[in-house]
Amino acid sequence: MMGSENNHIQESSREQMEIPILNEDDGSNDDVSTSKSYSNYCSAMTTLSSSSEHPLLTPPSIATNPASSDPLLFPSHDPFPESPSYADVIISPLEDSPTVSSDGDGGSDDVHRKLRVSPRSQLEGSEYLRITVSDPKKEVESSNSFVPGGNSYVTYLITTNTNIHEYRGSDFRVRRRFRDVIMLADRLSEGYKGYFVPIRPDKSVMESQVMQKQEFVEQRRVALEKYLRRLVMHPVIKKSNELKEFLTVEGRMPSSARTDVASNLLDGMMALPKQLLGESRSVIESQDAVEPAKGRRDLLSLFKELKQSVVHDWGRSRPPVEEEDKELLEKKEKLHYLEQQLTNASKQAESLVKAQEDMGDTMGELGLAFIKLTKFENDHAILNTQRVRAADMKNVATAAVKASRLYRALNAQTVKHLDTLHEYMGLILSVHSAFSDRSSALSTIQTLTSELSSLHSRAAKHETTSSKNFGGDNSRIHKLEELKESIRVTEDAKRRAIRDYEQIKDNNRSEMKRLDSERQADFVNMLKGFVTNQVLFLFKAYC
Amino acid sequence: MNTLERSGSGSVVQSPRSPSPQAPYLTVSVTDPAKMGNGVQAYISYKVITKTNFPEYQGPEKIVIRRYSDFVWLRDRLFEKYKGIFIPPLPEKSTVEKFRFSAEFIEMRRQALDVFINRIASHHELQQSEDLRKFLLEDEQMMERARSQETGIFKKPADFMQIFKDVQSKVSDVVLGKEKPVEESNPEYEKQKNYIFQLEDHLAEAQKHAYRLVKRHRELGQSLSDFGKAVKLLGNCEGNSLGKAFSELGAKSEMLSIKLQREAHHLLMNFEEPLKDYVRAVQSIKATIAERANAFRLHCELAETIKFKEIDLNKLRLMRSEKLAEAEREYEQLKADVEESKRKFETIVKLMNEEIARFQEQKTVDMGVAFHELAKGQAHQAKSIAEAWRSLLPKLEACS
Repeated sequence: MMGSENNHIQESSREQMEIPILNEDDGSNDDVSTSKSYSNYCSAMTTLSSSSEHPLLTPPSIATNPASSDPLLFPSHDPFPESPSYADVIISPLEDSPTVSSDGDGGSDDVHRKLRVSPRSQLEGSEYLRITVSDPKKEVESSNSFVPGGNSYVTYLITTNTNIHEYRGSDFRVRRRFRDVIMLADRLSEGYKGYFVPIRPDKSVMESQVMQKQEFVEQRRVALEKYLRRLVMHPVIKKSNELKEFLTVEGRMPSSARTDVASNLLDGMMALPKQLLGESRSVIESQDAVEPAKGRRDLLSLFKELKQSVVHDWGRSRPPVEEEDKELLEKKEKLHYLEQQLTNASKQAESLVKAQEDMGDTMGELGLAFIKLTKFENDHAILNTQRVRAADMKNVATAAVKASRLYRALNAQTVKHLDTLHEYMGLILSVHSAFSDRSSALSTIQTLTSELSSLHSRAAKHETTSSKNFGGDNSRIHKLEELKESIRVTEDAKRRAIRDYEQIKDNNRSEMKRLDSERQADFVNMLKGFVTNQVLFLFKAYC
Repeated sequence: MNTLERSGSGSVVQSPRSPSPQAPYLTVSVTDPAKMGNGVQAYISYKVITKTNFPEYQGPEKIVIRRYSDFVWLRDRLFEKYKGIFIPPLPEKSTVEKFRFSAEFIEMRRQALDVFINRIASHHELQQSEDLRKFLLEDEQMMERARSQETGIFKKPADFMQIFKDVQSKVSDVVLGKEKPVEESNPEYEKQKNYIFQLEDHLAEAQKHAYRLVKRHRELGQSLSDFGKAVKLLGNCEGNSLGKAFSELGAKSEMLSIKLQREAHHLLMNFEEPLKDYVRAVQSIKATIAERANAFRLHCELAETIKFKEIDLNKLRLMRSEKLAEAEREYEQLKADVEESKRKFETIVKLMNEEIARFQEQKTVDMGVAFHELAKGQAHQAKSIAEAWRSLLPKLEACS
């Protein structure tokens, strides 16, 4: 009978190797949460990290003990004769992948990085910039407080370790608050128009009912770290002075009230050109301070421009001037479709993770129920047959509990890999922003062009009327001079605007190329990682 | 399937010297569920095929048509006649209307009925039952008549039993306590009762999780299917090899979803159902426990009554009353009743002891099989899923 068979079954071969991927995860659950608000992934991930307190989750002992291998699974032979060797094959490419930290690599993320063979890191060779965000501390704003008790805020310690020459040093530690990050983000988006600048973390107001302050701070810390690391991975932005300043200059960063107002207004209205409310800056070279194109603009023009850009971006009603814009439209269409599919895939990925999690939970509960039953039968056993049954039950229970633990590890990994979907959704927002930089630059040109033509026609009118009147009407001559001056200035501005526009278009193009090639690599890695983990998990749990 | 194999033949051992033919056997199979009738009156009928060489059965094979309520009738009759024996449990009535005719439910019920009838057929005492013979041989009209006749009789003594007949309900100690102020003071028996009641709780919990495990398999299957579809769509955004990789992964994911659904069904029939059966068996034991308590109480009451009767009798003797003769007759009757009740009670006790041992043996076997099925199913599923994913890796390598 089944009972006696059990005693004769040899413990089957089980893999003894340490598989770092599935082992490492217990400590890095906090890496999983993110504060991206445009996906519900957030909720799945915070559940995961908070559920690490589950009683079943003790650090998985990979070195399996005799009780945990299930003789019932291997009645008499090993159906996976190739499993050790196959698993070896899977593991080696993962371990051989460049451990040279790609830019922005942090220690706790290296499992993720291993599977993410980023072509960028290989190009850059030995340059690195490692950032860590830690140690949130509450500080009080002592000056300017009308509120008794003062205004309190949280600062984070930002540690940078780099060998980039321009940084003139290898280690930096500064304290920054979230407002500083907002300012950095704003400066970057102004200074790098046309580039796919990573979107900064949300300012989401803390809902005290939903979340404890500690959780919120932790979420924010993780989001900041991710954000900074993304900045550093961007080949152009990582060289920026604004970033360098942010990472290295000690002491408080100056707060710009105007920027605050700007960013408050702009939050949620990402398509609006930022240059309307602040100073417009040109692209890459920040030394090359371009004179504000709208220096003498009146309010009416501002609104005209606003309207044009809105129409241009959201309505697409203006026929594009150049042929290239057709290309732009096509790209936008494709991107829109990609965005939709990413959203959909992300949603299904979240369901998948939830289903895996539920499966793991139920298996664990089943295992526990059987363990209790086993103990019960053993305590009350009068007949030997009861003890045999109890032993059978215990084997099943142990196997179930083991599988349950591994499901947790599998899930943490699945989340990490499928997070790529997430990343790209964020990236697409950057692309939208870069495209709207272009649109607003084009709109500026068009506004300036129409300005010019109206100035010209006014000038022409003046000339005809003044030729009708005899002699020097000083005021009229003066007016004409003014008009001519305006025309010159506007023509200058238009030239500059055209230059800006062309530059932005170039940036768009090069960034699209970069996006396309990186996306290839990232998605392949994502799929590989996902599939590999499934295979590893299944072997671990059931062999 | 293995349930048939398990509970196949009769149990008489042939001595090697006797010239008698093959060993007696009685096997039954419950097959071919068919929907009969329409609307509210609709029900499922089953073909019950009996194969036997028992002399009373007049023939090697007989086929009859039965429905669920016929099985209930049989169980009730056996329960009345064979007190002390753990009557095999029946699958529950379906509480959810629309589930009643789903293929899965019908199959589960068919399997459970088949197990039920075979357990009876292989039990050395129960297999002799006349009611069993009726059930296996009579034509449908006779069966229907028998069914409708008997339902009236069991009202009174079955009052108590009603609680146990609905196997979904849990019998509390309170109920038993209220009904019988007189209890055996047998510490061994107390331990056994205690064991049974606690066992039910543990098993119910295990069964609950087993049910959920089946559900999780279905859910995981569904989400793999949805995920696969989404991944395929995503592949449409990409070109060439990456697009192909996506669509292959998506297709694989959809295929795996089917495997998971299959495993869900396998788990339902071969793991959860046996656990449920275990729970029902324990509930059936509780019904027998109640019967024993009943028999004990009856005997005690009669023993009390007879004491008073003796006193009365002596009084009448002294008074030389005419009522004496009658009273003496009554007394004799009462004495016989007391003896009868004592015999009945002791039979129950003896049978129960045998039955407990048989139950434990049987359950170890049943659970062993169920666990084996669980482990086998999970390992098999894991292997085939792993291989499916594995086959994708070279293609993914080619993309990068």
